[in-house]
This record gives sequence, C-alpha cells and structure tokens, in this order.
Amino acid sequence: MIAIVDYGAGNIFSVKNALDYLELESILTSDAKEIENADAVILPGVGAFPSAMNKLSESGLTDVVKREAKNKPFLGICLGMQMLFDKSYEFEECDGLGLISGSVEKMEKPGLIIPHMGWNKLEYGVNCPILHGIGDDAYVYFVHSYAAVTDEKYLAAWVDYAGRVPAMVYDGSTVYGAQFHPEKSGDIGLKILRNFGGLIK
Amino acid sequence: MLAKRIIPCLDVRDGKVVKGVKFEGVRDVGDPVELAEIYNRQGADEIVFYDITASYEKRGVMLDVVRETAKRVFVPLTVGGGIKTVEDIRDTLRAGADKVSVNSQAVKNPSLIKEGADIFGSQCICVGIDAKKIADNKWTVYINGGRVDMQIDLIDWVKRIEQLGAGEICLNSIDADGTKEGFDLPMLKSVCNAVNIPVIASGGAGKIKDFSEVFEKTGATAALAASLFHFGELTVGEVKEHCRSNGIAMRVK
Repeated sequence: MIAIVDYGAGNIFSVKNALDYLELESILTSDAKEIENADAVILPGVGAFPSAMNKLSESGLTDVVKREAKNKPFLGICLGMQMLFDKSYEFEECDGLGLISGSVEKMEKPGLIIPHMGWNKLEYGVNCPILHGIGDDAYVYFVHSYAAVTDEKYLAAWVDYAGRVPAMVYDGSTVYGAQFHPEKSGDIGLKILRNFGGLIK
Repeated sequence: MLAKRIIPCLDVRDGKVVKGVKFEGVRDVGDPVELAEIYNRQGADEIVFYDITASYEKRGVMLDVVRETAKRVFVPLTVGGGIKTVEDIRDTLRAGADKVSVNSQAVKNPSLIKEGADIFGSQCICVGIDAKKIADNKWTVYINGGRVDMQIDLIDWVKRIEQLGAGEICLNSIDADGTKEGFDLPMLKSVCNAVNIPVIASGGAGKIKDFSEVFEKTGATAALAASLFHFGELTVGEVKEHCRSNGIAMRVK
C-alpha cells in the first residue's frame, strides 16, 4: 500500500490515477497512522513552497513524514521533491523537511523562459534504483520556476536548461525526489512509478 | 535540452468532439476520450480540450470527459473555454486537468489570472488570446471566439498577463486561423520578444513544414493544431518526426 500524502497542496488525483492504472494499491490520506502503516509514501505538491510547508504542518504531518521517509521508500514529486531539502527561497526563506541537504532557489538567467515547462531529456548521475531500465532518450515532463541546488552525490538525473537542473535526487537509501511529474510523463513516467512500487518488499 | 511541444486540440461540445472552421460550421465527430488516447499514442506532448458548450448547465459533461481521460492518458491535459471563475478553475483542476486556459474572461476580468495563479500556481494558468492585425506589427485582442474587438494592444496585453502571474500564453491568430497557410510568424515573434513565459503558437498550420518553420523562426515553445490532426491530414507522430529531422528537439515517445 502506497500512501499519497493529501495535505491540500497537490494534484493528488493524477498521482492516484497513475498508480491505479499500474494496479499499484494506494490511498490518499492525511492520517498519520495510515502513513505509518503504508509500505511506501508519495509526497506530491504544486504551488508555493511556504504555503505547502504550512499546510503540511497544519495537517500535523510534518513529523510523521520526516520519520517515515527514513523507514520506507519515499518519493517527493515536483514541489514535494523541493520540500525534501533544507530550505527554500521562494518568496521568503523557509525551512524544508531537511531530508536531503541543499536548497531551492529561483531559476534566473537573462532571457530564460520561466517556468521551465515541457519535456526535457534525462542525463544520469548517481545510481538510482527507480531509474533502472529507463534508458537513453528518456523525456519527462517538467513545470517549475524554482530548482534544487544540491551536491552531485544526490543527483541521480539532471536535465539541461541553461545549465544543469536537478531532475531526480536520491539520498542513497529510501528518499527519492522527482522535480518532473512522473504521473504526467507518459510511458517513461509510468515506468518510474512502477519501479518505485517495486521497491516495496 | 527542452523539447518543443506538439499539442493537438480537441473542440468539445456537450461532451462530443467537433471542429469549427474559422469559428463557424461545427460538425460532430466523436468521443473525446478515445481521440485523446489516439493522440497520446501518436506522441502528443499535451492535449487540449476546448469546451464550446454553450449552456453553463452542461459544463459538467466536460468535467466527466476530463475525469475519464485523466485515468487513461498520462500527459498534461489543458481545458479551455467557458472558464469564468476561480471555482471553475478549481473544478476543472480537480477533475484531472493540469492547466486551464482562460480567454475572454481574462480580458473582461484580468484579476482572474492573478487570483488563479495565487491560489493554484502560475503553472496551471494559461491565457488564451485571439488577436488580429490592424497595422504592420500591430494587433488587437478579440474576445468571444474572435467576434468582439476589445481594442487592447496585443503587446500591452501579453506583458500585463505575464505580470499578473500567467504561466503560459496560447496565442491564436485570427488572420491565420483556418487558412492553412502557416502560423502567424510576425505576431509570434513580437509576443515572444515581449515576454519570458512560454508561448504556444496556434492558428494556421496546414503543412508539415509550418511546424518546423514556427520553431526555427520564432521563440514559440509549442505548436497547437486542431483540424489538421482531427481530419487525419497529418499525425502528431509525422509532425514530430519531421521537426526532429530538421534538428528541432522533440520528445521521443
């Protein structure tokens, strides 16, 4: 059973639809017990960083999310990936979950079209179980204006958008983060979600 | 490298697919969910449903279409047409759309762009624009399906909507729409120079070369077409293969 954390900031139904399509059992939940009992956890999210962190905290889920991320396969998607880091500078400096060291900063370069919106090609970094078998020429769907700044040792995949943009981060243990939307990335995205489901023992 | 996007658009009335030629002469064709699946298989990078349902009461039918499609098609879905309020945006996103495209209502009530972006994020607010040339390098914005000239300068308008928090612009040329003579390159160039948000080219695609040309000659990040794909004159796959062979980055499915 995969718990999809429902804290009021995300396109949770798309993630649920994709898992249903893959016949991976999942539940939308804002209940700490259900998150504890799940075999794996997905933290989705769209919108602004501070408001998402606030909503997570108001739902009383910050602690359980931090704890369970270390206990079982845990995947943050889009803003949910950005929330894995120590802090963000979206609107104001704001603490994240601190599960992977790094920060989230505005993507800025003269003339660069923002948001980074569309399909970009994955380039691979450190070995990451949920990217196994994804192969070359793998395009996935992005839409974001802020990006993670983190150490290469956490960088499982990146894309080129006026420089390296972290696409998939991995702590080497249980914590995964996808800046792109696997649930909106066609067959490649579905394969990544299937791999994630396959981590469940 | 970010790929350029090819986006088929399905015009939907009362839950059925139709196609207007220059906004007139509608002809019923088929099931939008099935067509979205076909486009998905062809490699569509996004799918747009444009709701031309006249009566507000029947808008629920469009949401059912989105709900069903979102269970079977895992690429971004955009819904445009008839979106008037923050509640409409919320309902559409909750049904499974990733973005909404607001057009006439954004012109009548620009605060809808800001409210939508503040609540749901810029990434899901696309502003659709119908514009028509009035002089060299000068265009004005139209509403109500290209029928009413609002006498707003296009370049002023795109700058304003970027400031209000729109995440994307879908720019339709009334002059090019339905002509099949290619996208409106001067209009697209001017708009792409004026803003730093993604611009989708719409209106005028008739030949396969129109797609490579719009990417080679303008800053558009995506190209949209309806009838061309709808009547099977070209497939999304053929267009992408052509663009790729011309050195334009395209997603490999």
